[in-house]
This record gives sequence, structure tokens and C-alpha cells, in this order.
Amino acid sequence: MSASVPVVMFYALGLLAVLGSLGVVFNVRNTVAGALSLVGAMVSLAGIYVLLDAFFIGAVQVLVYAGAIMVLFLFVVMLLNLRGGNFGPPRRRAGGVFALLVGLAALWWGLDLLPGAFFGTGAVLPADFGGYRQVGALLFTDYVLAFEVASLLLLAAMVGAVILAKRDIGDAE
Amino acid sequence: MTVALVVKLLFIVLVTMGAFLPLITWVERKQSAVMQDRIGANRADLAGITLLGLLHPAADVLKLLSKEDVVPTGANRVLHLLAPVLALVPANAILAVIPFGGIYDFAGTQLNLVVADIDWGILYVFALGSIATYGSVIAGWASNNNFGLLGSMRASAQMISYEVTMGLSIVGLFMVYGTLHLPEMALLQDHGFRLFGFLVHFGVLHALPHWLDLVRLPAWGIFLQPLGFLLFLTCIMAENKRPPFDTPEADSELVAGYHMEYSGMRFGLFYTAEFLEVPVIGMVVTTLFLGGWAIPWLSQGTIIHAITPIFGVGVATGLCMILHVTSFLLKVVFMIWLQMALRWTLPRFRYDQVMDLGWKMILPLSLANVFVTAGVILFLERS
Amino acid sequence: MSVVPLTHVIGLSMILFVIGALGALLRRNMIVVLMSIEVMLNAVNLALVAFSRHWADAAGQMMVIVVIVVAASEVAVGLGIVLSLFRNRESLDVEDVSLLRW
Repeated sequence: MSASVPVVMFYALGLLAVLGSLGVVFNVRNTVAGALSLVGAMVSLAGIYVLLDAFFIGAVQVLVYAGAIMVLFLFVVMLLNLRGGNFGPPRRRAGGVFALLVGLAALWWGLDLLPGAFFGTGAVLPADFGGYRQVGALLFTDYVLAFEVASLLLLAAMVGAVILAKRDIGDAE
Repeated sequence: MTVALVVKLLFIVLVTMGAFLPLITWVERKQSAVMQDRIGANRADLAGITLLGLLHPAADVLKLLSKEDVVPTGANRVLHLLAPVLALVPANAILAVIPFGGIYDFAGTQLNLVVADIDWGILYVFALGSIATYGSVIAGWASNNNFGLLGSMRASAQMISYEVTMGLSIVGLFMVYGTLHLPEMALLQDHGFRLFGFLVHFGVLHALPHWLDLVRLPAWGIFLQPLGFLLFLTCIMAENKRPPFDTPEADSELVAGYHMEYSGMRFGLFYTAEFLEVPVIGMVVTTLFLGGWAIPWLSQGTIIHAITPIFGVGVATGLCMILHVTSFLLKVVFMIWLQMALRWTLPRFRYDQVMDLGWKMILPLSLANVFVTAGVILFLERS
Repeated sequence: MSVVPLTHVIGLSMILFVIGALGALLRRNMIVVLMSIEVMLNAVNLALVAFSRHWADAAGQMMVIVVIVVAASEVAVGLGIVLSLFRNRESLDVEDVSLLRW
């Protein structure tokens, strides 16, 4: 594994993503800063997707996730105008789960050090891999059922969100 | 390779930011003055020479640089500094994918007049438009100010609504040209199409008479997708909060909305972002709908073949390149004029009118546009 | 050839998933819980993209699009629920909506 620019970029972006996620979870005082660090994490992940030859997914990640979903989060946080974060002592039952999962991650990472590690660096890619044509062709031919169900899901979510957030006529402001 | 990249970057910086930005500040004042039958700003002078008010942009910059950067008490200092940067950087970065000219062959080496030749160029433009939302959203929150927060609420709701319709109104164009690659889209608009060709396709005539065959239009987006052009122009102006869609900064209601608590060069960054978006909108609309760098009825091959007997191939290609870049810049200037004219003609929309327009009128129309375009393409390909 | 070994990418995905799971379990602010769920979904997306790259199969990327769609709908409805709860109880604490717990 040479120290070329893409490799260094992957580790740098990975570090940024981890720091951004930590900023969400361990941010006690300021929810807006937490949401913004999550935006940073998502943009770093989009960069990693581009490094992994998934160009369309990287663009969709910035466009939809970082650009629309997180704006929705920020909108709600600002609307509710709460600056507080935690409200009390954290629940303690997550400690064991945490230790187990960190152990799993360390084990997975350590597997690479074994001789003859069973995950190499990947197959040779066809041309235009990760472009919008391939993914779009799959979405509209082989997996068109998933596409249709996803659009129905979006419709249901839209109707649900409108009904949930609506005030009844005659409510006091 | 790197030299070409540096030259292209310098061209963008010098032309767009060096020439267009001050020009637009001046055009804003002078065009509004001419449209409103008054003289406009013409007092800034350098040793007594006023130059018709062209020195006002320089005066603006000097004024903004010399003012104090005020951060209100109780405001979040980091976010207060971050917001103008998030507003300006996307507007600048979109310039990387706009093709200023075509692909030219200079004795073996190819020169492609675009800084970043990305296959999914339009998605990059939309993605950066999504990031630009954060500048407005954070600015209001970080100001610790009720009017600022109200302005940024309006800004975020308006911008994400019009992102949706902006994407949908372009889908018809993607179907017609079959690509998201901006240089290729400009290249496809270099051709012409017969205006009365549909008569042959629908079987009304077997072949066109010679005089009807000569009526050709350039295959520009505005002719192939007229409804898409109108919808996209509306949506991109609303997305960038250009008047008449500037309810987030409504001067008569919100005292400048989300950038109220900004002064000095921080406001200068917002100011620059807002005025940089005017040529960027112009360039995006030009590339998509007005043929980019293409000269109507004269394709690149025609021009080079016409000039080669006189000057030789190398000079012919260079002249063609200059002609193409000039035609691109002229079209961008036209789009700037159009946006300024729209600004000073239409009164500001009310906020619920803006939302109604986006969701209830433009969204169904763009969906209908997609269906009709699909139907026409299917019909034309089957016959 | 990819730039990094697959193990490292999956390791990053697991770390992100753990962080998201921690947030969803430990924090008491409803919006932070929703954001932690988004972190977990992003970790899953990263794993999908890595494997799609490894096996040179674009179906993984198609699944990522479906996951993003699901995340978007879940965020919309979830934030609607958060707004309704806030209107009723004036609080964003998850411990205040534990009526079904015995």
C-alpha cells in the first residue's frame, strides 16, 4: 500500500467522518453544531465514495443527504429553538454493547494483518463503473420493483409528514 | 497539461471575478436607473474622472474593507464566520464544470475549455447548490436575532423547495440530449434541426419540399424544451434568492433578513456571493439551454473549414476558439441583462405565493413536461 | 485496483456504526437520536459501496440509492413525530415518552 494521494485522502476523509460523527454523539450543549458536524461527516463520506469509484452515489449523497435531509434537521432544530442537549445522566446499559462492537471492529481490522488475508484490493472494474447510466439502468430494468416501492414509500412519507406537522384548524397559536 | 489548467483557471478568475463581478455591480445600478428613468450612481471618481459610475464597485470594496466586523453579543462566533464562506464557495466552485468553449485540436494536442471534465457535471452543479443553502441557514441562526432567524427559516424552506423543482424541470432536457456531461451537451447543441421535420415523422408528408427543408433551428435547449427553459429559469432564480424571489432578504419586511447582523467584509462576502450567482446562473442556463459556446447555424466544422483556406488550420482553430468563447460570453451577458430586467420589473412575491408557485404550479408542470417529452421521444424513435 | 484494502473500509464503516449506535442508545435528545440513526445508515451505505467496488457489481450502488430514499422518508416522518411530541409536551427528552415501558 503506497502512500499515494488517494490513499492519504481516504484516511484523512475517514478521520474527518469519524470526528464528525463523534461531534454529533458527544456534543452536549449545542445541537446545531452537532448537526453541522454531521454535515461535515456526510461530505467526507461522499469524498470516500468518489475515491471508491462510486461517482453517482457521491453526488447523490451531497445532493440529498447533506443538502436536503440535514437542512431539514437544522430547520427543525432552529424551529424548536432549543439550545440544550443532554437532559440527565446517560443510560448505562450501552457500555457492554460498546465494548463488544469495538472489539468486533478491532478484530476485523486485525484480520488484514494475517498472512493471506482474504480481502484484497478488489477486482478490475469495467469502464463507466459507478456512473449514472449503470446505476440507472439497473434501477429501471432489474430492480424496477425496488424503485417503484421506494417511490411509494416516499409518497407515504410525504403524506405522513404533512399530516403529522399540521396544526388543527382552530388551535391556539 | 498543467499549464493549460492554470491558464483556464486564470481565465475564469480574471473574466468572471475580475470582470463580471464589478460589471454586475455597475449594471445593477445603471440598468435599474435606466429602467426607472433616472441617472443612477455616477459620483465615484478618481481625480475628477467619473467614468459613468464604473468606479463604484471599487468604492464599494474599499468601503466594505474599511468597516468594522461586528459580531453581536450572544452570537456563535464560529458559525457567524462560517456562514458567509458557505455562501460564497459553492457559487465559485460551480464555475469549474462550465464549458467556455469546445474541444480544439492544435497539431495533435487537444484543448478542452473546461476546468473539470466530469461526466456527471449537472449533478455537481446541483450538489453545490444544495451546499449553498447552509450559508443562509446558519447566518440567521448565528446572529442571535429574531429577524435573522425568520429570514433564514424562509431561506431554507424556499431553497430546498426549489432544488426539487430545479432538478425535475431539467429531466426533460436530459432525456433529449441523453447525457449529464456539460461539454457534451454544449457539443450536441452545435447542430441544427429542421423545424418542419415533424411533418415527415408523423407521416403527413413523405419528404419535405426544398424550401421547407432549409428552415433549420439550432438544436438549442430553449427550442427543444421551451417549457423546461421557463421552469428552470424560474427555479434557479428562486433557488439563488434573486428578486422577485428575495423574501428571505425582504428589505421592506425583515430589514435584510438573514444577513442583518453582518457588516464589513463579512457582509462583503454575502454581497459577493449574491452578485456572483448572477453570472453563474447565466452560465448554467446558457450551457443548458442557449447552446453554450455554439454559434447558431455555424457549427465548429463549418467555421474551421471556412477559415482554413485563408490562414491555415492552426490559426483557423484558434480563431474559432476565440469566436466560441466570445459567443459564450455574449450569451452570458444577455442572461445577466435578462435577470436584471426581471428584477426591476416584477414586484417581490409574498412568501406563500413563492411556495405555492414552487409546489403547486412548477412541480406538476415539470412532471407533465417529462411525460410529454418522453412521449415525443418514444414516438419519434419508433417511426 | 482500489486504493485501500477492503478491510480498512469495512473497519471504518464499523467504527461509524458503533458511534451511531452509541448515540442512539445513550443520548436523551430526540433529534440527536435521529441524527445518530443517520450516522448508522451512512455506515451501512459505506459498506455497500465498498463491497460493490470489491465485486465490481453496480447493484450495491443501486441499494445505496434505496437506502438513501428510506433514510429521507424516515427523517421526514420522524421529524414530524418529534414536532408533534414537542407541541404536546414541550420537551425533547426521550425519557418523557416512555409511557409504554413497564
